[in-house]
Amino acid sequence: MNKTKKRFTEAYLGIYGLWLIAFVVAPLLLLVIQSVSVPGQGFSLSNYKEFFTSGPYLAMTVNSVWYAFLITMVTLVIAYPLALCLTKLKHRQFWLLLVILPTWINLLLKTYAFIGLLGKGGLLNSGLEHLGFGPTQLLFTNGAFLLVAAYIELPFMVLPIYNALLDIDPLLPAASRDLGASAGQTLKKVIWPLSLPGVKTGVQTVFIPSLSLFMITRLIGGNKVITLGTAIEEHFLVTQNWSFGSTIGVVLIIAMGLTMALTGEKKKKKKGGRR
Amino acid sequence: MKKLLMTFSGIALLLVLFIGLQFALTASRSQSDSGKKDTITFYNWGDYIDPEILKDFEKESGYKVNYQTFDSNEAMYTKIKQGGTNFDLAVPSDYMVAKLKDAGLLAKLDKSKLSGMSHFDKTFMNQSFDKGNEYSLPYFWGTLGILYNKKVVSEGDLKGWSSIWSEKYRHRLLLVDSARDVLGLTLLSQGKSVNDKNVADIAAAQGKLSSLMPNVKAIVGDELKLYMAQGEGDLAVTYSGEARNAMERNKDLAYTVPEDGSNLWLDNLVIPKKAEHKEAAYALMNYLSRPDVAAKNAKYIGYATPNKDAKALLPDSVKNNEGFYPKQDLLDKLQVYEKFNQYWTQKYNDAFLEFKLGKS
Repeated sequence: MNKTKKRFTEAYLGIYGLWLIAFVVAPLLLLVIQSVSVPGQGFSLSNYKEFFTSGPYLAMTVNSVWYAFLITMVTLVIAYPLALCLTKLKHRQFWLLLVILPTWINLLLKTYAFIGLLGKGGLLNSGLEHLGFGPTQLLFTNGAFLLVAAYIELPFMVLPIYNALLDIDPLLPAASRDLGASAGQTLKKVIWPLSLPGVKTGVQTVFIPSLSLFMITRLIGGNKVITLGTAIEEHFLVTQNWSFGSTIGVVLIIAMGLTMALTGEKKKKKKGGRR
Repeated sequence: MKKLLMTFSGIALLLVLFIGLQFALTASRSQSDSGKKDTITFYNWGDYIDPEILKDFEKESGYKVNYQTFDSNEAMYTKIKQGGTNFDLAVPSDYMVAKLKDAGLLAKLDKSKLSGMSHFDKTFMNQSFDKGNEYSLPYFWGTLGILYNKKVVSEGDLKGWSSIWSEKYRHRLLLVDSARDVLGLTLLSQGKSVNDKNVADIAAAQGKLSSLMPNVKAIVGDELKLYMAQGEGDLAVTYSGEARNAMERNKDLAYTVPEDGSNLWLDNLVIPKKAEHKEAAYALMNYLSRPDVAAKNAKYIGYATPNKDAKALLPDSVKNNEGFYPKQDLLDKLQVYEKFNQYWTQKYNDAFLEFKLGKS
């Protein structure tokens, strides 16, 4: 009995191991190999040297990180109170469904819908005109880019926070109030720290994909916001310099790894402290 | 657990439904195919032929046409190279003809089997990407130019490419997101060639380009025609085909080619080396070169036809439109893009990238 169980585990491990090697390890290795094999030169770190010494690419990296940070902050500021409200509502599942619903719609369609909303003759502008403000340029502005990106990422921030909030024992905030803490204090000293794991997951799931957004930068930002995603797209499709495109990909992966490490470490410490 | 199971069986049900539908569709198609001559696979851009022409061709020749589409030259190249599907006739743009030819993927045209050669205008034959038209025949052609809103911009102000640098157009210009085109027009405005391979010239062009940024409202792709039709921009640098499309949606738009010349692009008919129905491909090629058919097609697509006898059959309002059929002296100034190697592609793209990064 025990033996067959063991064999099952081994078989499972084997299948998952193969899967991991074929679809995670191998592509990553290929990406790294591609990035250090420069056509005509063989193995070379020249791509990395070029990346870290060129003004434009460094500027793009700064842009990417800065905008990803802004998008994450905007979604967090919107998502946290939203998740908090959701946990207090009666028909939570229904309201949660409404938050998730937009993810059922194709990303491109949503983006095109925003073109219609933000455009010169769009809904928002005609609304503004009724209120007496002249037509305002909304499309192709940084604000519009942030708005659309945050809108698209919002469900991915709300869900983990909502789950973390739901996990909090309702007796804890009640006890806090009972012992004389104000609502604000309870939120700050009890609810917020207990929901931090959810916040971290949310930050990771929003920040990391935001680093390499490219379609929205063109459609809504009018290419006035240039991120590394744009550069990767260009290297793979236009210049066909896959080697340099891979280099940027590797740099992004390292950046993502750093983000994970930075947001993950604190979690461990917290756990240790609680015990 | 039960819920999860329900979800999965729901997905499985949908899958079965779709597969069944697809199966039924292909079954009904192959049934109607039986008893006919060969089926030719025509690999073309989406909506790039009058569907009636294909029907007429099928009726006249007895061949069946399977119309497959692609949305970029690169995608088409990859598919033809992979060779999984058999394509008998394809429509690459100029530089892609050269690339396909260099990769040995094209069949040489047997001129004795081509009946429509005499109908073509010499201006569009014997181009640098295929000297002597050994592998290709032109299908449609066009230019890079300026699409503008007649209500707020007058054509007289758009004589040369330098005009788009004018302070009048502050924050009103849309650009096509293409390094070759934007750098090319800058080089033209400085009296250089769109195929310039001189580092100093490219640096100078980049310098001039950076001063264009205050005028640029956005740098976009295919969406440009949509934005222009909606009035998002007052003028835009784009291709004649895209311009035509936008003009159909918004009557205030017009298109012009600056006098200092421009890029000439051509889409061409080619037969891939691995084509299995070459006879049928020649038959379709010849049918499409017939003046009456080419004219009908040009009316439907709205692009300029390289078939001079077909052009003569078009209404005056079309063939005398200088935006789409420029006069000969401007025609002589149009240049086809030469195929660049990776080094020069990169140079142009780097310059364009730095321009895009520049803050307005």
